[in-house]
Amino acid sequence: MSSPEQWTHPEPDAAPAATAAKPTAEQVIAGLRATDEGGADLVQLLTPEGVRVTHPDFDIDITAEELRGLYRDMVLIRRVDREANALQRKGQLGIWVPLLGQEAAQIGAGRAMRETDMAFPSYREHGIAWTRGINPTELLGIFRGTDQGTWDPVEKRFHPYTIVIGNQVLNAAGYAMGQKFDGKVGDDEGEATMCFFGDGATSQGDVHEGFVWAAVYDAPLVFFCQNNQWAISEPTERQSRLPLYQRARGYGFPGIRVDGNDVLATLAVTKWALDECRHGNGPILIEAFTYRMDAHTTSDDPTRYRLSDELEMWKLKDPIERVKVYLVKQQWADSEFFESVEADADKLGEELREFCTNMPDPPAERIFSNVYAEGNPNLEAQRDEFLDYVSGFAGGEH
Amino acid sequence: MAAPTMDRSTAAAPATPVQTLTISKALNMGLRAAMEANPKVIMMGEDIGKLGGVFRITDGLQKDFGEQRVLDTPLAESGIIGTAVGLAIRGYRPVCEIQFDGFIFPGFDQIVSQVAKLHYRTQGKIKMPIVIRVPFGGGIGAVEHHSESPESYFAHTAGLKVVSCSNPADAYWMIQQAIDCDDPVLFFEPKRRYYEKGEVDTTAQPGKLFESRVLRSGTDATLVAYGPMVRTALDAAGAAAEDGTSLEVIDLRTLSPLDLAPVFESVRRTGRLVVVSEAPSESSIASEIAAKVQQECFYSLQAPVLRVTGFDTPYPPSKLEEEFLPDLDRVLHAVDRSLAW
Repeated sequence: MSSPEQWTHPEPDAAPAATAAKPTAEQVIAGLRATDEGGADLVQLLTPEGVRVTHPDFDIDITAEELRGLYRDMVLIRRVDREANALQRKGQLGIWVPLLGQEAAQIGAGRAMRETDMAFPSYREHGIAWTRGINPTELLGIFRGTDQGTWDPVEKRFHPYTIVIGNQVLNAAGYAMGQKFDGKVGDDEGEATMCFFGDGATSQGDVHEGFVWAAVYDAPLVFFCQNNQWAISEPTERQSRLPLYQRARGYGFPGIRVDGNDVLATLAVTKWALDECRHGNGPILIEAFTYRMDAHTTSDDPTRYRLSDELEMWKLKDPIERVKVYLVKQQWADSEFFESVEADADKLGEELREFCTNMPDPPAERIFSNVYAEGNPNLEAQRDEFLDYVSGFAGGEH
Repeated sequence: MAAPTMDRSTAAAPATPVQTLTISKALNMGLRAAMEANPKVIMMGEDIGKLGGVFRITDGLQKDFGEQRVLDTPLAESGIIGTAVGLAIRGYRPVCEIQFDGFIFPGFDQIVSQVAKLHYRTQGKIKMPIVIRVPFGGGIGAVEHHSESPESYFAHTAGLKVVSCSNPADAYWMIQQAIDCDDPVLFFEPKRRYYEKGEVDTTAQPGKLFESRVLRSGTDATLVAYGPMVRTALDAAGAAAEDGTSLEVIDLRTLSPLDLAPVFESVRRTGRLVVVSEAPSESSIASEIAAKVQQECFYSLQAPVLRVTGFDTPYPPSKLEEEFLPDLDRVLHAVDRSLAW
């Protein structure tokens, strides 16, 4: 696909020069447009209208079956998201973090990974979790308050959700350094790591440090930033004057902006980036330009900070609809297929509801379990004292 | 990620098993032994490679083990800790050096949010065998941020273990035991004692890491200290003995978990306890000891537990540190107050 020449791809004329004391009015306007609309550098392979387009540096050969698979992934994970959101509204979950609108970014990125690659998510990565083979029921406990993630991160190559913004970027950089130290980088059999974070996180020191560390250790790390335009109530302009992907240049590695609502483009760019990393040409920053169509969380009220017109505009760029249009136009899928996906979604939704409403509360011992790998006698004494106290209420209300 | 067993027999045994070493050299030898015993042990920090660390604790290690096992890292403490987390998940056992106590705070978020909690969050599926070495405490005439005692923050954080060595033999063994531990360990090194000497028997069977130790027996009152204050406490006990007062001295060694059984046993005999620490006293290790001793030894106490500590201020300009730091006279003054109660 592309090669390291891509790394030096020219900065758009519009971008404010780093050395300029003050950008010109034209530069400011162009920069804002790049922030708002994706700009001229947006990699796109499937338009919102479902038209397949080409890109000079990135393309992808995709079969009908593969594209149907991506469509199915996106529909199912959207259903998971909507069901979980509804479960929160019914009081079954304490909170939910919607991914609505980011299905293509996550399915495209997730399906680009190999089993041997490692992923470090933030907390909205339900679509990535899906691609790593994690049952969506395993996400529920985090938001119901029964656990903090139950999957095996080593077996699934999917780190626990990280809630402190940006922490996981450094953890991913360290893991990718380890892949390199282990001699697992350098050819097509190589391993790579992906880390996921949002536009808000790019202001965190840990993300900056992660860029520095991955760069100086040539770590096989793909930084996958989902710019969904909003960090709770703060627009991307509150995080950066420069389009985010252009930051990579300052750290000495390539940055690419992809249409995050285009699953084909996201898949193509991410596959390319992972391959570059596994061959030893990492790290790489991908900015997936997308939109958070729902609230930050179920506790958030977006009507206080953004116009509904904006959402209406992004609905026209829906990540799933364009694939459906394309599948139909190509005659790659018939109504039977779409109905079967809907039926699968219904079944998945039912499983989620069933699972969620039957989740037992954890036992009191869970408070104390696995704080340490090698134990702590003082903590064990505290636990025993508490459990003894609790047992005094046995059979009664407490 | 099973804990690799450390085969001591393969570690290069020094020509003479019993040597007189500084704490600094003993730590260096302990780190070297750990690296020889387990290829997954790596060192990370600022200036620790070519320079050998500003205190030379890692001197010669990069030369012998290479740049991939002794990393001169970018100058970013959150980066050091945050990448150590990823390396630990990958199966490494990182030993991070924080150059000075006051510079640990950029890494505080990663320590508290990730290092301390990942084992709990994943219910044991991820272990964090990370050692964070911190030269700590004052008394070296340094500028601001180079003389602090931040250990209480970490002892207050569930998921971390916190130890401090006070002599060369402990330095040599405790650092190896900390690296062997599958829990994250904050390892506080008494920087002003780095060049004090003592005998180290590299063939001896070391005691356990998370145990306090009675260093001097006595009958009239008990002194508890850790790190750099152990020497001060021992000196005070020596001086008191000349006046006919018999003080027991206990080196805590482990600050989390606290091992207070030897302290309780001692206080039940002496009835009096003075805790000595450089850290500010409010909500400190010393406070915790006082609380636990009054709970466990209530009927044995002949006097309130007293604390001799740094003051509840930022660390002062170094021309005032002699006044700020507990010294022999302040310790003996507290002992006198306890005995006169």
